Amino acid sequence: MAEIRNYTMNFGPQHPAAHGVLRLVLELDGEVVERADPHIGLLHRATEKLAESKPYNHSIGYMDRLDYVSMMCNEHGYVLAMEKLLGVTVPIRAQYIRVMFDEITRIANHLLWLGTHGLDIGAMTIFLYCFREREDLFDCYEAVSGARMHATYYRVGGVYRDLPESMPQYQPSKVHNQKEVRRWNANRQGSLLDFIWDFTERFPGHVDDYETLLTDNRIWKQRTVGIGVVPPERALQLGFTGPMLRGSGVEWDLRKKQPYEVYDRMDFDIPVGVHGDCYDRYLVRVAEMRQANRIVRQCVQWLRDNPGPVIIEDHKLVPPRRERMKDDMEALIHHFKLFTEGFCIPEGEAYAAVEAPKGEFGVYLISDGANKPYRLKIRPPAFVHLAALDEMARGHMLADVVALIGTQDIVFGEVDR
Amino acid sequence: MTGSRGAVAAHAKETLREAIVNTIEAVGELTLEIKRDKVLQVCRTMRDDPLFSFEQLIDLCGVDYQTYRHEAPEGARKGPRFAVVYHLLSLTHNRRIRLRTFLDDDPPVLDSVVDIWNSANWFEREAFDLFGIVFEGHPDLRRILTDYGFVGHPFRKDFPLSGEVEMRYDADKQRVVYQPVSIEPRILVPRVIREEGFGGRNS
Repeated sequence: MAEIRNYTMNFGPQHPAAHGVLRLVLELDGEVVERADPHIGLLHRATEKLAESKPYNHSIGYMDRLDYVSMMCNEHGYVLAMEKLLGVTVPIRAQYIRVMFDEITRIANHLLWLGTHGLDIGAMTIFLYCFREREDLFDCYEAVSGARMHATYYRVGGVYRDLPESMPQYQPSKVHNQKEVRRWNANRQGSLLDFIWDFTERFPGHVDDYETLLTDNRIWKQRTVGIGVVPPERALQLGFTGPMLRGSGVEWDLRKKQPYEVYDRMDFDIPVGVHGDCYDRYLVRVAEMRQANRIVRQCVQWLRDNPGPVIIEDHKLVPPRRERMKDDMEALIHHFKLFTEGFCIPEGEAYAAVEAPKGEFGVYLISDGANKPYRLKIRPPAFVHLAALDEMARGHMLADVVALIGTQDIVFGEVDR
Repeated sequence: MTGSRGAVAAHAKETLREAIVNTIEAVGELTLEIKRDKVLQVCRTMRDDPLFSFEQLIDLCGVDYQTYRHEAPEGARKGPRFAVVYHLLSLTHNRRIRLRTFLDDDPPVLDSVVDIWNSANWFEREAFDLFGIVFEGHPDLRRILTDYGFVGHPFRKDFPLSGEVEMRYDADKQRVVYQPVSIEPRILVPRVIREEGFGGRNS
């Protein structure tokens, strides 16, 4: 009789469903997964070590490149850790701007997740719809920072600059005539806040569209219901945070439980799942998009009525305005010191965590009093989630592994750092 | 929150008297420095004692203190070189705590906490990979982030930022070869430690 052995298969690192550079070694018994061994590190750039060799401000841009689909939330964790050690209080308007952009980022992240997760398990249509809405959110990023993805917008003591009063316009060209361009520019006539407000008016309708496509879809349910069930006690043991933990029915959200910035003034709900399977995590994330939309609207309303400073005036930490440097020697010295040496952070250590779209994004910063971090440890949520892939995949079919990678919402920028 | 932090510190001193070396409270965070041979006992108490109930291990990382305050006028810090830092989260009490244990031998060895919190698995592999800290009792202590066949522990302070080897395709041998790095590391901004209140800040 022939000897029957398990079959070992290599999944990735160039598999389109591997969401980047995941190499997964699967041990299969027929089509059933016996063991999944993720090999990571193909995108390891030693961000933490690089940060040790640079003044504090230079590393803000690196944070964008960790989880490169929720850029500003990573910056937020990093500047929060620095502000904690420095004892800096951020102006209230900057806090609202940060909350607003965190939530814009959350919507952008969940849209990408929904689009690619759908694409992975056979729902092609959703992908283009999600990316259409994401385009508007990138326009918001571009309007405040000039960059569509890697914004480097948050700074110690606030944000880089105030929200712009006008939006960039499309220009007619050989291929796009005046009439077409006028239609595109219709919602760009006012300020950035008007543009965001217009988006939030439309967005709940778009979420309804996505739900029409998926929530009661028979194929979608067959691919997700009962797949990758994680009971709440296992979710805690495995260190899950964010939608992965809430999908298992644990009501835990740092925005409510340990509020930072002005989240305690916001009115929103925490969606929680029941069964802890892929379908519940899908429902949680879709509900989170609706809640994020609510928060953005509250921020827009407040920001319209309350002008004010968006960054602190302490020029030991924040460069002075360019105009002042022309005739103020003190300002010139401050500028020179900041851009040649940076600022020193008092000796100590701090851990700051934000509720990033994927879970708890934490930054552990040790300072020995120098102008560069002594040690920076980034706690990426997806790293912990991916570690649990083995347990979640055992006993499932090969095709379900794709659904599991999708539901974990992993991004290799932050898993590998 | 301050009161509850004080209560946690007091309770920890009471229940884990001989395991705790030092208690530090700074910037609203509580740190316990624990003896290395008591790590398992402390962690189990931290999880199971209803007054602590830290259900989640949020983070575990290695730290290399070799050049800590190297630029300071009084010179670098003396003491054990490595440390392992645990960040715990209690959902029941909505609290965080940090545990730290110093390790002075090379290679540093510490008991693994995988059995207490399963999330420690990859974190310990990472600390092993990047700092060379060996976790006894870990089920599968392999390198995780660095390349297959990597030599050294890159996050140690004596490991150069640009690494030791680089790889390129050798047309003669028709394969990828490793060779010593050819780039000169350069420091654009020197590392400086300024005294408290330098330039009038916080004065």
